[in-house]
Amino acid sequence: MADATTPVAVAPAPTPAAPAAKAAPAKPAEKAKVVAPAYREYPTIPALKIDSMVDSNPYVSAAVHNESVGFPGTLVDGWEQKAVAKMGELLGKYRSLRVYMDACVHCGACTDKCHYFIGTGDPKNMPVARQDLMRSVYRRYYTLPGKLFPKLVGARDMTKDVLDDWFRYYNQCSECRRCSVFCPYGIDTAEVTMAAKEIMHSVGLGHKYVNEIIGKVHKIGNNLGLPGPALENTLEGLEEDVLEDTGAAVKYPLDVKGAEVLLVTPSADFFAEPHVDSLIGYGKVFHAAGISWTLSSKASEAGNFGMFIGNYEQMQKIAMRVREAALELGVKRIVVGECGHAWRVAYAFWNTLTGIGAGANDPFAIQLQKQLDPNYKQPSHICEVTWDLIQAGRLKFNKEANDHRIVTFHDSCNVARGSRMGDYAGGQFDIPRNIIRAVANHYVDMSEATTREKTFCCGGGGGLLTDELLDLRVKGALPRMEALNEIVQHNGVNFMATICAICKAQFTKVLPYYGFKMSMVGGVHQLVSTAIVLNNEQ
Amino acid sequence: MNLLFALLFYVATLILVGGIAYRVYEYAQAPAPLKIPTTPAPTTTGGVAFRMFREVVFFESLFKSNLWIWALGWLFHVGLALVLLRHLRYFTEPVNFIIAFIQPFGMYAGFAMAAGLAGLWARRFLVERIRYISTPSDHLMLALLLGIAVTGLLMKFVMHTDIVAVKTFFLGLMVFEINPLPAHPGLYLHLGMVVLLMIVFPVSKLLHAPGVFFSPTRNQVDNPRETRHLAPWAAKFEAKN
Repeated sequence: MADATTPVAVAPAPTPAAPAAKAAPAKPAEKAKVVAPAYREYPTIPALKIDSMVDSNPYVSAAVHNESVGFPGTLVDGWEQKAVAKMGELLGKYRSLRVYMDACVHCGACTDKCHYFIGTGDPKNMPVARQDLMRSVYRRYYTLPGKLFPKLVGARDMTKDVLDDWFRYYNQCSECRRCSVFCPYGIDTAEVTMAAKEIMHSVGLGHKYVNEIIGKVHKIGNNLGLPGPALENTLEGLEEDVLEDTGAAVKYPLDVKGAEVLLVTPSADFFAEPHVDSLIGYGKVFHAAGISWTLSSKASEAGNFGMFIGNYEQMQKIAMRVREAALELGVKRIVVGECGHAWRVAYAFWNTLTGIGAGANDPFAIQLQKQLDPNYKQPSHICEVTWDLIQAGRLKFNKEANDHRIVTFHDSCNVARGSRMGDYAGGQFDIPRNIIRAVANHYVDMSEATTREKTFCCGGGGGLLTDELLDLRVKGALPRMEALNEIVQHNGVNFMATICAICKAQFTKVLPYYGFKMSMVGGVHQLVSTAIVLNNEQ
Repeated sequence: MNLLFALLFYVATLILVGGIAYRVYEYAQAPAPLKIPTTPAPTTTGGVAFRMFREVVFFESLFKSNLWIWALGWLFHVGLALVLLRHLRYFTEPVNFIIAFIQPFGMYAGFAMAAGLAGLWARRFLVERIRYISTPSDHLMLALLLGIAVTGLLMKFVMHTDIVAVKTFFLGLMVFEINPLPAHPGLYLHLGMVVLLMIVFPVSKLLHAPGVFFSPTRNQVDNPRETRHLAPWAAKFEAKN
């Protein structure tokens, strides 16, 4: 069914990790042809296929990329002791890790919940087994039974084999937290994966794709490495396009001091398909509502890959760009575009990391918080902004413009399980759906076992959106593709909306392997953009 | 034998209480630097208390996850809770009327407990995924608990022991008096395994019991935009800026 040759054509968003960069490695992952697994008749649990993903490794980061982010260039001498010591440090810094290392009873409730396990059958992709890669080492060095009777409690020395397994399988976790929903103790494998990545980076075993991107954010301001002038050009081009299409002079402003809103969005929105259609949509919403807004060349990236490697300091440094931009531009509101992990960082961590939020009583945070308008949630998601405007009657739509689409919505993991929108728990599920229903006539939900907090990851999150992991990404998309296929067959769905740049890039690449068109995926604000009625007087 | 068991129980109690206290101290000491509740999560402290209550009493997440594990696990834990409450009558004089009231329930709860344990153990052999993740200690833990349940039931229904003497023994321990324990192999086994369970508790997966209360994905309020949450070690990064 799948045509393995179709993808690639359109821009695979954040993926172009190293487009022209030196040492662009000869097309990876094409060693073995990537094929999508077959749909399961029923959503049965796959039989174990031991070591089936043992060859799935991301590229190891070159010394220069490790060092540019402040990690040792290559695996350091005495890394075994250093890794164990780092684990001890993290156990003292993170209650999550400390508790999760002890609390697991091996009940097995999580074993069939991971999309990568479902897609690959590799038992080390069962959340508990993935945690045990670290827990076995924790037991060996930090518990009495593990020191005395390692075999009895499944404790292992920190060896090269163990490290290799860590690098493999912690890079087969997209940190989507689906397992944490189902664990009776709330054990979150993402916390364990992040700790493992932090430990590996600290001894010089880095992940190329992620470290390169973090380097680019610091040097240029965004993950894709788009410099200011290129950004300006792109935005001017968008203004021309929108004027031509609609006759409305919608602005896409950059670095405008005194604007009311600072919009921080994933850099894929600036040029990748279908991302850019949502950026066009955000601009139309602000235009129609008469809200002055601006993008920032300094904070031209909402994404924060510091989270993926579990490094607090990096995450904070990356987030600080947004604070600085907000202070320089003097904005009253900070709004985040369609990006899953960015929204988790913004919603749940920005107040902690940078003071973007409310309720602080320390000078650092108050400096910013007294500038921000307390009548709005800080930060706000673009969907919160749009939905508030719709409810206030400030936006008009021609819903028929979306009549060629039968729409469904894919809940992105970081939005679903790591954040919120609106005033009540679960608003993150309702608000995007409400918007879609307000701008389109045909909407169908996917199976409830695969939506809302039970949603399946697209298969490309957590810093895995890189070509050498394509096989993993295709397999990891299986449960989502099954749910999609069901409503394609029964309801004729032809558009899957989502609010995450990584989801969009991943699906664009992976849909064809399952026999779908890559143009089936798009943003919620792409739908808004199609239907919104603009005030055409210029 | 009397002296041996008396000593064992003193030591085991010290290890159990001291060990758990130390673990709880460790959990409480470690900061949770970021807000990571698994959402949708309660937005108020009262809501979090209610979430924790549902989690601890009904095993809500496990119920959503896997009905077999939930049914067996809940059967075992509720059975265990009733059995433990029932046993309070061997440690108190006079016996509280609630404890007296639950005696008949507690007796049958012993069967529920054993059935739940047997089912959970069977899964470790029958379900491929769970067989894969099981370590020897997982099996031993179940063997230990099942051994305690079975020896207890045997003494209740098959080969009685002098329960009055047992009670005298334990009431004596509490005032540092050593009274004779009936010479009964079933009783020795039962008590020996209980001592072992108390000793391994603070260094084993039994720590899930105190641990669940410290799980940040479950016990945090979802209000990061409304209040600033900052761990002491993380505040240092801010000073640099």
